This record gives sequence, C-alpha cells and structure tokens, in this order.
Amino acid sequence: MNYIIGAFKPACSITISLADGNSRKQVALKENGKTVLIPIFHNQETISGKISIEPILGKKVEHNGIKVELLGQIEMYFDRSNFYDFTSLVRELDIPGEICERKTFPFEFSTVEMPYETYNGANVRLRYVLKVSICRNYGGGIVEYQDFVVQNYSPPPSINNSIKMEVGIEDCLHIEFEYNKSKYHLKDVIVGKIYFLLVRIKIKNMDLEIRRRESTGSGSNTHVETETLAKFELMDGAPVRGESIPVRLFLSPYELAPTYSNINNKFSVKYYLNLVLVDEEDRRYFKQQEINMYRLSETS
Amino acid sequence: MISDGVVEDEEKWLSAGIAGLQQNAFYMHRALDSNNLKDALKYSAQMLSELRTSRLSPHKYYELYMRAFDELRKLEIFFKEEATRGCSIVELYELVQHAGNILPRLYLLCTAGSVYIKSKEAPAKDVLKDLVEMCRGIQHPLRGLFLRSYLSQVSRDKLPDIGSEYEGDADTVIDAVEFVLQNFTEMNKLWVRMQHQGPAREKDKRGKERGELRDLVGKNLHVLSQIEGVDLEMYKEIVLPRVLEQTVNCKDELAQYYLMDCIIQVFPDEYHLQTLETLLNACPQLQASVDVKTVLSRLMERLSNYAASGPEVLHEFFQVEAFAKLNSAISKVIEAQENMPIAGVVTLYASLLTFTLQVHPDRLDYVDQILGACVMKLSGREKLDDSKATKQIVALLSAPLEKYKDIDTALKLSNYPRIMECLNDGSHKEMANVIVQNIMKNKTCISTAEKVDALFELIKGLIRDLDGDSHDELDEDFIEEQNSVARLIQMLHSDDPDEMLKVIQTVRKHILTGGRKRLPYTVPPLIFSSLQLVRRLERQDESVSGDEAPTTPKKIFQLVTQTIEALASIPVPELALGLYLQCAEAANDCDLEPVAYEFFTQAYILYEEEITDSKTQVTSIHLIIGTLQRMHIFGVENRDALTHKATGYSAKLLKKPDQCRAVYACSHLFWLDDHDSIRDGERVLLCLKRALRIANAVQQMTNATRGSSGSALLFIEILNKYLYFYEKGVSQITVESIHDLSKLIKNEMHGGSSPSDPAADAFLASTLRYIQFQKDKGGAVGDKYMLITN
Repeated sequence: MNYIIGAFKPACSITISLADGNSRKQVALKENGKTVLIPIFHNQETISGKISIEPILGKKVEHNGIKVELLGQIEMYFDRSNFYDFTSLVRELDIPGEICERKTFPFEFSTVEMPYETYNGANVRLRYVLKVSICRNYGGGIVEYQDFVVQNYSPPPSINNSIKMEVGIEDCLHIEFEYNKSKYHLKDVIVGKIYFLLVRIKIKNMDLEIRRRESTGSGSNTHVETETLAKFELMDGAPVRGESIPVRLFLSPYELAPTYSNINNKFSVKYYLNLVLVDEEDRRYFKQQEINMYRLSETS
Repeated sequence: MISDGVVEDEEKWLSAGIAGLQQNAFYMHRALDSNNLKDALKYSAQMLSELRTSRLSPHKYYELYMRAFDELRKLEIFFKEEATRGCSIVELYELVQHAGNILPRLYLLCTAGSVYIKSKEAPAKDVLKDLVEMCRGIQHPLRGLFLRSYLSQVSRDKLPDIGSEYEGDADTVIDAVEFVLQNFTEMNKLWVRMQHQGPAREKDKRGKERGELRDLVGKNLHVLSQIEGVDLEMYKEIVLPRVLEQTVNCKDELAQYYLMDCIIQVFPDEYHLQTLETLLNACPQLQASVDVKTVLSRLMERLSNYAASGPEVLHEFFQVEAFAKLNSAISKVIEAQENMPIAGVVTLYASLLTFTLQVHPDRLDYVDQILGACVMKLSGREKLDDSKATKQIVALLSAPLEKYKDIDTALKLSNYPRIMECLNDGSHKEMANVIVQNIMKNKTCISTAEKVDALFELIKGLIRDLDGDSHDELDEDFIEEQNSVARLIQMLHSDDPDEMLKVIQTVRKHILTGGRKRLPYTVPPLIFSSLQLVRRLERQDESVSGDEAPTTPKKIFQLVTQTIEALASIPVPELALGLYLQCAEAANDCDLEPVAYEFFTQAYILYEEEITDSKTQVTSIHLIIGTLQRMHIFGVENRDALTHKATGYSAKLLKKPDQCRAVYACSHLFWLDDHDSIRDGERVLLCLKRALRIANAVQQMTNATRGSSGSALLFIEILNKYLYFYEKGVSQITVESIHDLSKLIKNEMHGGSSPSDPAADAFLASTLRYIQFQKDKGGAVGDKYMLITN
C-alpha cells in the first residue's frame, strides 16, 4: 500500500495491511491534489492487520524495537507545529534486533475509543492514523503512516421538532417559515414552507443557503470561519401577501458532515440554514437558523 | 425613437437568448447521444437558464419558450429511455431537483414528472399535486405563466380522468380537476399581478401584453371542459364555484371579462342552464368597469341558440326558470353598475328579449315585462341621442317583430310604444320604417280601427313631422318612407265594411296631420282604399244596403271628398284631379249620378283654376276624356254639359298638335258601343274633321316657320280614328272620306318638301297592314274593309 517509502529508497519498506482491507468501505479523499481511497472505521471497532517489513535486497536493518501506534490528532492550521493527540495507543511489535528478510507482524487494537469523526475543515483537521516506527540509533527511525477515516453513526433523534418562526421588518416584510425538522441526517431532505404575511418590498428572488460555521480555539483565540456550502434558489419573482413557497432541498449533493460541538475543547462545527431574500436593489434580507446534522447509519 | 430602441434591444436580447439556448442544447444533445445523464441534466439546466430573462416582452419570450419546449421534448424522450434502461424514475425525479436555479429546476421537474406519471410508479394524482405545488416557487408573472403553461401542456394527456389509463381508485377525477383548478388559480393570480407590477406609465402596454397572454390562462378552463369526468354534478359543485370564486376575487377588469366569457364559451350550454343562478350571481360581483353586458349577452345568445337547437331542450329552460333568473340578474347588474351607459342597458335587455322570444315564444307578458323594465330605465331622461343606444333600441324593438312576424303582437305590448317614445326623431323614424317593412314583408293584415290607430301612433315618425323644424327638401329617403306608408295603407283591410270604414277614418285622421309634404303620398292610397270599399259594398249587397246601414257609399264619398279637399292646400291639382275622376268613376259604378257629376265638376274646376301648365293640361284633358267616356249614368243634359266642356277644353290647348289629339279623342265621347243613347255620328265626324283642320293648320305653320312641311303623323293618327269609327259602323264616316284622307297622307309623305319621318312611315305601314289584315280576315268587317282601296 505504501508507495512513497519505496521512492526514497530507505533501508526497508513497510507495508500496513488491514485485516478487512478489501471488504471495508472506503472514502475518497483529496490529498495534495490526488484522490486516495481511505478505509472507514467506526467508534469502538477493532482495528487489526499485518505489518510486513522487507529490507532492501541484501541489506539488514538493525533496530531498537518496532512499534505501531494508533493516533487521533487535532491539527490547527494557525498552529501547524502542534498536534493534539487525543487518542494514542501503542503496540510493541518486536524487541530490539535486526531484520534480514521480510518479516510480518500481526497487530490488533481492539474496541478502540474513537469518539470523534475525521474532519477536514478550513482551520482545523482531525485525523486518525496508524504509525509504524522502527527505532534506530543511527540514520533516524523509519516511520510509516496509514490514515484511516472515522465516521460515527447516530441514531435518529427521538425528538426532532420542526423549526417554525415568524420574522420581519416592521411594515416592510413579514414572513413565517417552517422547516420540517431541526435535525437532519446527511442524505436528508429539507422540506418546508415560506409564508409571506406582508410584502412591501420588491423582492427579486429568495435563496436558501446551507452554511457551515467552524470555530476553533477558545477564549480570545477563537477563530470563526463560515462557509456557504449550498445556495439553492427557492423563489423567482416578487410574491404577494398570502403566498406560500414550498421548500424542498435534497442534502445529498452537498458535502456535509455532522454537527460537531466542542471537540476535545478545540473546535466546533455548526450548520445553519440561511434564508435570503434579495430585493430589486440587491439588498439582502436574511434569517439564519441552526440545524443539527447527524450521520445516519446507511443500513438503518 | 425610444420605443424603437427598445424593440431593437429586445431583438438583440432574444437572439442572444436563442444563441445561448442553442449552444447548451447542442451540448445536451451530445450528452443524450452518449447516454450521459449527468451532463444531460447539467446542460439542459443551463439551456433553461435562458428562460430566466426579464428583458423580453411576452411575445418574444414565447418565441424563446417554444424553442426550449422543443428541446424539452427530446429530453423527455431521453428520460423515458433511461427509465427503460433501468434508471429509477424516482431517482431521476429527485436528481432533477438538485439544480440550484429554480426555473430550470422546475422545468426539469415537470418533464421528469411527466415521465414519472407515464411509468405509473406513483399515482398520477400525487405527482401532479407535487408539481403544481412546487411551481409556486415562480412568482414572476411572465415566467410563472409560461412554466405553468408548460406543466399544463405536459400533463394534459396524463390526467387521471375517467377512462384514462392513469385513472386511479375511487374519486380520481376529482384529483384531475383539483390539479387543473389549482394551476388555473395560480396562473390567474400571476396574470392579474402583472398589471400591478412595474412603472405606472407602462400600464397600457402591460394591459396589451396581458391580452396576449390570456389564452395561457384560459387554456386551463378548456382543459377542464375536456375532462370526461366533469359531469354536471361536478361542474355544479366544484368546477364552477371554484372558477367563479377566483374570477370574482381577482378583482381585475381584464381577467374578469375574459374569464366570464371563457366560462360561457368552453362549457356546454346544458351546464350553463343548470347552473344559471350561480353564474348569474357572480355578475353583479364583478368590477364595475367590466363589460358585463357583453358577457351576459353572449350567455343569452348561447342559450338562445341552444333553445333553438330543438324543442326537446326547452323543458330544461322551464325547469330552471331561466327567464326569471336572467331577468333578475340583469336588473341586479344594472343596479350594481351605476355607470353603465344606457346603450349597455338596452343591449342587455335586447339580448334577454331575444332569449325570451326563443324560449318562451308564447309568453308575451315576459316580453312586455322586459320592455317595461327598459322603459323604466329610459324614462326620465332626455330623448336619446347616443347612436349606439338608439341602434340597440331599434334592435330591441325589431326582435319581437321578427319573431312573431306580426305587428298585431307588438301592438299588444303595452310598453312597446312607450319605448318608441324614448327614441329621438331620427331613430323613431328608422324604427317606424322597420315596423312598416316588417308588415309588408310578412303581409300582415291589420283589420281593426283600434289596431290601426295604435299602429299609426307607433309609426308617427313617418306620418308627421315630430319636431317643428321640418326640412322641405324631399330627399330620396323621405320618398322611400312615404311610399312605404302608402303601401302600408293598402295593406289595411277588414272584411267587415263597417270596420273598414272605421279603419279608413282612423287612417285619415292620422295622415291629415302629415302636412303638405306627405299628403301627396298618403292620400291616394287612402282614396283608392275607400273606393275599393265602395265597390265592395256595391257588389256585396245591392238589396240589403238600406239607409240604416252605417256604411254607405254616400258616406264614403263624403269622406273621400273631404280628404281630397285636403290636397287643395298643396298645389298638386293634377293629383287631385285624377282622384276626383277616379271617384267619379266609382260613383258611376254605384249609380250615384249627382255624386259623379259633383266629382266631375270638382275636376273641371281644378282644371280651369289650378292647372295652368300646358303639359299637365294635356295629360289632364286626356284623363277627363277617358273617364268621361266610360261614364254611363249621366242623363243627356249632364252629359252634354260635361262633353261640351271637355271638347271646349280640348280646342283651347296651347299647342296645335295637342289640340288636334285632344279633339280627335273627344270623338269617342259621342259614340259608345254599349250605350244606345250615345251614338251621335254627326258629332263624331265633326270632331274628326275639326282635328283634320287643326292638323292642316299645323302643317301650314310648320311650312311657314321652318320652310318644310312637318310630319304626317297627326294625319295617320286621324286616319286610325276614321278606320275605328268606320269599323264600328258610324254611317257618317264614309269610304270616300277614308280614301281622301289616305290620299292626303300620301301626298304629305311623298311631297318633296317633307323630311322623312321613320315613325310616321312605320305607323302608316302598320295601319295599312291592319287594313289588309281585316280584308284577309273576311266576314262582315272584312267586307267593309274590302271597300277601301289603297
């Protein structure tokens, strides 16, 4: 699996293969412009597999021990040097010695706690990685990484109220909107209705936006980044009083992730529905409503 | 200049739109050819984005729309193929909704929806409901109208109608109806809204543009009318109330007028009849500016035609009390629309009248009621000068005439004359003319004095000058009118002489008010009508007509005399003279010698005192001679007096040839074949000789003045008289005298100085031919002629 190591021609090549590597679901991630397929795991799954170490032909590798680590890291982009490992598990694979020929080590991390999902945000990244290290006295250690993705399913919420609200600008615009739920799973459909109670402005169109608000850090160091992930036109033209405009927005085409709140005290990711009305002078009138996103097990 | 610029710009925008559309359509085709659904959706959405423009007028937008429409047909076929290739239609239906822009999204949704319904994977009603709901997203009037029109178009053959393959479980038609109604309602709202958006100065332009779009809205009603499952019950309970609700509530003049008209035109007459009340109740609720009268008129027109389609439908009309409903609706509308011009009011009543005549031909009271209502509206106003209104009144009043083909019926309508009163003089006359023409066309016989009185009161516009300023020139129309009246007088007839006399008296009363312009036209027919009555009396019962009878020839003659005297005030002596002579002849037939003599006297007086024109004198004298010749009741004394006078007049004519002709005509006064006492050959000869003398004098005068002798025509004419009397056996006319005359003629004709006269030649030739003919015929007359040698 690991081609990069071979290119550097180090003393040996390390291959990490997961036990169910072929059958496991994978997700395509873009990394450095390349799309790579990465296996998906869930919380409390057992991660097992084999690690084979093959010295370059005719060479032997001396080492002070070989270990495999399972790391859960949070990386803040404005603080690149620091990784916060919120999970760190180690398995010793070999005692110090030397490897003269290809050698394979099985490994297993059973029922690993992986409460957070893998996340690639604007300012923060949460990743899981298997790290194999061959410790050496000289020539530096040989390290090999295998990323994997963690996604956690949530059960459908037992309480899922609709969002209903009346907003407006006095004597100018009054609308009432309703979204059928406050919690949506990633492939859900937002169904709703915008009801115009009073229209005194010349509306040109109305959009529904999905916005992601990522906040990192804490206290005075908080960074907030908001991104518009979807812009969906709901209405064309100027409605009159009494009109109700249907909303039906399929979430599947957009790359959304669940809502994350206060992950390891480092960051939060929230989603908002932003209803935007634009008038003929291109003034925008909007109302933002938070929605809760969750990942629903695809089988259920 | 400005508008030109706008038009040019519009052309530019349109071609830009078309170019964009075609380009994306090209990529879409490529995607379709390679079965690339994702690209097909992408490019079709881009293609449809061209329809998002706000710059085009409806007309141009339509052009763009039609192109998109054609492309969407291809896409629809592709969707169908995809479905057969195993692509889930449900997924497809979701997939098209991922498009970010709403207009392309909804066009694609409708297209996919159409395929969805066809696949029958979901009940048609659910898909339709979803589509019509989702289309609410387009609130822009023009784009919304076209989108919904597209929806209507693609769904038309997929409605879950009765008998349709998309028919679902029970009550499925209602879903189809609901769908169309909803689409209709939304479209109408958009259409109405168009009027109120945009700058006020372009209001008229918008009105015009809306006019161009109205059929998009109306098509929904058409679709409704095509749905099999819309039976009377459903129409009554659901369709009509809903359509009317929308129509009334939209409060838009243009829409209300158009939709009402649409309802009336697209749904069957039978439905209208059964829902008349509902339909009519909506009318007063419309905006005051809506042309309700046209709407109602059209409705009544349709119902009238329906009623005319066969007697079997009439009972439906009675059942629903159509008349009462229409009548009350009309009054309500008139009440509600205070500003309705009087022409409109009358139009409404005229339509109702047409309807009533068609449906209730036997209910004269209805007709009168309508006219009464009309009078109520018209009275208390100035006489109408509005040409439109008067035209409508004429139509209103003509309707019963045309229907019943009988003025009698109209005369029974108490309100009929009251409406006539409301007309100004011009149209009053016009209407009177219509009435008269109608009577003549239908040969209606009016037989009682009472009716005649009413009739003449009705047509008084023709009978007398209504206003003071009567213009004197006799134009063609006037002559035409008066001739009509004259003909009308001839049509009055009663078999009962007493009644007939009353009729004549009534007519006389009326026409004597007519003034000098009219009398020459109206008096003669009355006189002839009277004389006809005289002759009828004479024929009928010579024995019975005692003195007790109210109608005697004497009485009539008195009346007639007075009537002719009325002509005296107008200088038409020759007419009066002719009439006197006619009367004399009638008196002759009745054996009333003194009366006849009196008439002659009157005629002579006129001749002497009034007729001064020489031409008129000639015609008059011939009339007198002709009439006198036929009189047989005069005693010798009277006759002598009259003939003497007549010959005297003849000899005093100005022109010699006239004298000559009058004199030889007088010869007939002395020889009557069927009258033994009047056979005075001497005086016949005397007349003829005198005529010859005058003819000679004529020749000499011509010679003297022109240098050549004139035509021998007069001689030939006299020869003919000779031959006539010779043939009758007047002994004083001898063969010799005929020979002499022939010779004289030949001399005259072949004398060198006389110019040839073809008329004279021909006359002579035929005279000779006649002689020859009589000779050839043989018999007693032939023998006589044999004596004449040429």
